[in-house]
Amino acid sequence: MTDAPMTVRRIRNGLKIPLMLAPALGLVVLLFGGGILVGLGQSLGYFPAIGLTDFTFENYTTVLTDRNFLMSLWLTFRIAFITTVLSSVFAIAFTLVLREKFAGSKITTFLFQVPLPVPHLVAASGIILLITQSGLIARIATAAGLMETPADFPALVFDKGGVAIILSFLWKEIPFVGLVVLAILQSVGPQYEEQARTLGANARQRFRYVLLPLIMPGVMSTSIIVFAFTFANYEIPLLLGVRFPSTLPVVAFRQYQDPDLALRPQAMAISIVLAVVAMLLLIAYRRLAKAAVK
Amino acid sequence: MSVNPEQRTGLVPRWARWIAVTSIVVFVLVPIGTLVIWSFAFRWNFPNILPTEWGLRAWSYTASDSSRVIEGLWNSTRLALVVTLMAIIVGLPASRALGQHEFRGKTTVEWLLMMPIIVPALVATMGIHQIFIRLRLTETLFGVALVHLIPAIPYFVLVMASVFANYGTALEDTARSLGANRYKVFRYVTFPAISSGLLVASMFTFLISWGQYVTTLLIGGGTFVTLPLVLFPFLSGGNNSTAAAISLVFVAPAIVVLVMTSRQLSRDSALMGGFGKL
Repeated sequence: MTDAPMTVRRIRNGLKIPLMLAPALGLVVLLFGGGILVGLGQSLGYFPAIGLTDFTFENYTTVLTDRNFLMSLWLTFRIAFITTVLSSVFAIAFTLVLREKFAGSKITTFLFQVPLPVPHLVAASGIILLITQSGLIARIATAAGLMETPADFPALVFDKGGVAIILSFLWKEIPFVGLVVLAILQSVGPQYEEQARTLGANARQRFRYVLLPLIMPGVMSTSIIVFAFTFANYEIPLLLGVRFPSTLPVVAFRQYQDPDLALRPQAMAISIVLAVVAMLLLIAYRRLAKAAVK
Repeated sequence: MSVNPEQRTGLVPRWARWIAVTSIVVFVLVPIGTLVIWSFAFRWNFPNILPTEWGLRAWSYTASDSSRVIEGLWNSTRLALVVTLMAIIVGLPASRALGQHEFRGKTTVEWLLMMPIIVPALVATMGIHQIFIRLRLTETLFGVALVHLIPAIPYFVLVMASVFANYGTALEDTARSLGANRYKVFRYVTFPAISSGLLVASMFTFLISWGQYVTTLLIGGGTFVTLPLVLFPFLSGGNNSTAAAISLVFVAPAIVVLVMTSRQLSRDSALMGGFGKL
């Protein structure tokens, strides 16, 4: 073989992977990165459409010193945090049951998967009809003699605690985390637990020292997806939450759509802060979780 | 299997299993059942546990032109099909590269691709909105499809990379050494091996586009109306019967997908396992 074809082949092989990655990576980086750049520019004062070209931190100082912003940030964090913790805990609990074979285990596993493809708005729709003050649960409680008028039932929708929002998220996310955990358990197989049992480990020890370390990396990654999703979701808090305080995505979008274009740079600043806070929290979480696993 | 499954895993006592199964059944079926009953309710005032009058009013309104459900259904369907097709075209080579090859900078590529799932996409969507206004892509199907691709590509690639990794390259190498050309290797070896995974990944990509709300609202500018945009005012407006009926139309493809994929979801660990390797 001569040198020339070798070089050609090497170049061709060297280009193979970049060419395979280019379309997907290009689209994501161009669209996502491009969008973020435009938003970042606007939040820093570059908005030629309304005659702004001077660099400024003003939008950030306005946003960050606003008490309402901090209340919204706290609400957004609280909802995402509670959803993430509860969905992981319930998912692990249900998985421990669903991986076993028992009469009806197949149909139960099927039911467990049902929420996965269902759109979030439909989940919210079903939850509303159940837990409003005149919802099905209130009606059943009335029939049981526990209450008399709708006002006796606690306000769970449009409440400051965001109970309906969290319930709607949980309805979708528990099965999501659960199915990932089931997949992990399936690929691992029962041999480690068998060994632990042979060595005399009881059920609690097998869970704590065998199962949990096996599934924790998977639960960690999935909970990152769940947290990021609930932290950034717009329509569920808009539909089920109070108008004030709203979650950050709702506030940012409201400002963005305001006829007063001068509010747009602030909307961008809010969204950038939202993204940065999410990133920082997730990096901290990964660090903590990795340290805990070691 | 020689091991008795009842004996193999004694982690969960019988009463706990009973509680778990009951809560799954109630938690999943009661909200959906309530939607079905409401969609057929003509009169259902507090505190009646069942409607006092039944009727098809909500359904006939849903089917009428004034509800815009048919228009939304048509737009949602073709939009989701375009998004799925585009995700397959751009996502398949990337998933293969990530699933079957080792190369320098792989972790960076993985992180870049996963960014849209991890970083709240709101600011990106708003920025894109302004770019698209200039490119005249707002209020068009193509513009909305491009924005739907941002969450769709990461999910598609995550699942398909896991499918590719799971099946490896050994079979393809064998086929090639037996003299099969590129087309034949793909047609008779690669495609049959990944086809069931590809079907599931495609259907879930379809559903990601199907469920999008805020991106469509912004880029579609309110003139490109999909099903969630039709549904939302009814949900916040308090017309329970109509909201329930439209919700059930909206959920229909999800049920089809579920019936077609449920066996694979719980059997093929590569499909969901991809999410656990982030």
